[in-house]
Amino acid sequence: MTIAALNSNPAPAILPGSGGLRGALSDLLWRKPSLLLLLMLLPPILWLGIVYIGSLFALLLQSFFSIDEFSGLINREFTLKTYGDLLQAANLDIILRTVTMAALVTLASAVIAFPIAYYATRYARGRWKALFYLGVMLPLWSSYLVKIYAWKLILAKEGILTWLLAKLHLLWLLDAWLSLPIVGGNSLSVSYTGTFIVFVYVWLPFMILPVQAALERVPGNLVEASSDLGASPGQTFRNVLFPLALPGIVAGSIFTFSLTLGDYIIPQIIGTSRLFIGQAVYSQQGTAGNIPLAAAFTVVPIVIMGFYLWGAKRMGAFDAL
Amino acid sequence: MTSAVSFQKVSRHFGSVRAVDTVDLDIVPGEFFAMLGPSGSGKTTCLRLIAGFEQPTAGSISIFGERAEGVPPYRRNVNTVFQDYALFPHLDVLDNVAYGLMVKGVGKPERRKAAEEALSLVRLPGYGARRPGQLSGGQRQRVALARALVNQPKVLLLDEPLGALDLKLRENMQEELKSLQKALGITFVFVTHDQGEALSMADRVAVFNDGKIMQVGTPEDIYQRPRTRFVADFVGSSNVLPPDFVQRYSGQHRWGSLRPESIRVGRAAKGDGVAARLVSANYLGATTRLALDADGLRLHAIVPAGSKLPREGEAVTLTFNREHLHLMDETA
Repeated sequence: MTIAALNSNPAPAILPGSGGLRGALSDLLWRKPSLLLLLMLLPPILWLGIVYIGSLFALLLQSFFSIDEFSGLINREFTLKTYGDLLQAANLDIILRTVTMAALVTLASAVIAFPIAYYATRYARGRWKALFYLGVMLPLWSSYLVKIYAWKLILAKEGILTWLLAKLHLLWLLDAWLSLPIVGGNSLSVSYTGTFIVFVYVWLPFMILPVQAALERVPGNLVEASSDLGASPGQTFRNVLFPLALPGIVAGSIFTFSLTLGDYIIPQIIGTSRLFIGQAVYSQQGTAGNIPLAAAFTVVPIVIMGFYLWGAKRMGAFDAL
Repeated sequence: MTSAVSFQKVSRHFGSVRAVDTVDLDIVPGEFFAMLGPSGSGKTTCLRLIAGFEQPTAGSISIFGERAEGVPPYRRNVNTVFQDYALFPHLDVLDNVAYGLMVKGVGKPERRKAAEEALSLVRLPGYGARRPGQLSGGQRQRVALARALVNQPKVLLLDEPLGALDLKLRENMQEELKSLQKALGITFVFVTHDQGEALSMADRVAVFNDGKIMQVGTPEDIYQRPRTRFVADFVGSSNVLPPDFVQRYSGQHRWGSLRPESIRVGRAAKGDGVAARLVSANYLGATTRLALDADGLRLHAIVPAGSKLPREGEAVTLTFNREHLHLMDETA
C-alpha cells in the first residue's frame, strides 16, 4: 500500500448502524451501560438474596424455635430456650474446643504460609513460579476425602510416620509427645495433634494464596528503602512487610478459621471421639432430630466470624486494600 | 583529604552483562555530583553499589575512607531518595520521615520533633498527619527527601528523583535541591539521564556509557570540551564532525565537535564557509533549530528567534569561529 492509499478511504465518517435486533440491542446497551450492568448482576443478586441469605435467615429463625422433649416435635413459638441449651457445659466445651483448634490451625497456617508466599513473590520466576502454583493448587484438585484417608494411613500406629521415626531411632520423641495430656493419645491418628496436622495441611493453600497476593502488591523497593534507612531484616519484617501483608493474612485466616469452625469430616476421621461444632450440628439435625439446637450451633461460627471481621477491621487490616 | 565515595576498579556483572565495568571514581566531600548517562549505562547500578543494594563483582568501594564491601545497607550512613519515592503506604507522612530514627531506637517525642523539622526544611510543615497517597508527586518527592535527610547521612543518593515531575515543578525542585545542598553541605550523588539537569545542578558530572565512565569534569568541561563522540553527542546534542572534515579547519586528523549555537547561517556565497542546504527549521520559542545538509553531513544550528530564515531546500553558507571547533581524543 502506498502512502497516498492510506488517505483515500471511501467510507463516510459516521458508519451506518448494522441494523436488526442485535444491532439495536448493541446500540441500546452502549448508550445505557447501567442496563447492561443490571442484566449482568441480576442473576447473582437473585441467587445471593434468595437462595443464600434466605436460607441463612430460615436457619436463624429455626434457632429461635424449640423442641418438645417428649414428642420430639418442633414447637414453632419464639423462645430463647434453645440458646439456653447451647450454653450447657457440654455444648460450651464443644464450642471452646472448636474455636481453640481453629485459632491454632490459623496461626500455624500463617507461620508456614508466609515464607512460602514470600519466596514465591520475591524469588520464584518463570518455571519456578509455575511450579509454586502447581504445588499449592495440586492438593486442591484431588478429593478431600482421599487426602484425609491418606493422612489417616500416614498417622496411624502402623503407618509410615511411625515406621520412619523408628528407622531414625526417634520413636521416643513420638511416644513422649503422645504421652502428653490433651494433645496426646494412642496414636497420632486418634489425637488432637493428628486433627491439627490434617486441618493445617488441608487449609494451607487458602492461606498461601492471599498472602502471596498481598506480598505481590508490596513494591520491592519498600524493603530496600527500609533497609536503606537503617532497619535490620527483622525490623523490616515487623515494620514494613508484616503490616503490608496483614490484609492477606487476615483474608487467609478468614478461610482457615471459618473452614475449621465448620468442618465435621476431618475430626470424625482423624482425632478423638470428642465432638467439634460441625459434628454437633450433624448429629443434632440427623440422629437427634433437634433442628433448633443444630441451627443454634450453626449461629455460633457466624457470630464468631462477625466478631473476627469486626476486630480485623478495627486493627486496620483492610485499610491497605 | 579522603574522598566521600571512592571506587577502585569496581565491576558489577549480572551474568554476562557488565552493568558496571572497571570504574574508578572519586567523589569529593560536600560536592554535588551527577551521574549522567542513557538508561542501561550503569549509573543506577553505581548508585546501588554505594547504597549497598548491590555488591561489586570485583574492585573495592570505600565511603569516607572505610571499606564498604560486604557491609549491608542498614549499616551504611548513606541514604537514598528513590526514583518512585518508595514511601511506606501504611504510615503517615510524619512516621515515614521518622522511620530511620524509629529503627535506631530514638524516643517518640524526639523523633517526631526531628521529623517535623525535616518537613519544614522541605517546606511541608504541618503535612505530618497525611498519608503518602493523599500527596501530589512533588510533595511525595519532598517527603522522600525529608525522610532521607532526617538521618543526617554522610552521603545522600538521589536516583532520578525529578523524573516523574512535570517541567515547571522540576525546574523549581532543581533550584531547591541545589540551594538545600549548599546550605547543608552534605555530599549529594545524583543520577539522571537529563543532561540539562546534570549541567545546571552539579559541581561535577560523570558521563556513563556501557558500564564505563566516559568523562568526569565540571559541567563546563563536559559541555565545552567533550573528550569523545559519545559525550559530545549525549550532552547537548553537539554537531559531531568526522576527522576528514576537521582536518580542513584545524590541520589535525581527529574527531571534532561544534555546538549548534556556534554556527552562523548566511546566504550562499563564495569563501571559506561550508556550503549547505536547509532541510528543516523547528521553532522552539526563544530560538529556532535548523537542520542542515552539508554535502551528506547532517549539521544542526541554533539561531535566535526572529532571525531571517532561508527557505527549506535553499542553499546557504555556514561559518563558525575556529576557536569554537573542539578537537576530541578520538582520531578514528
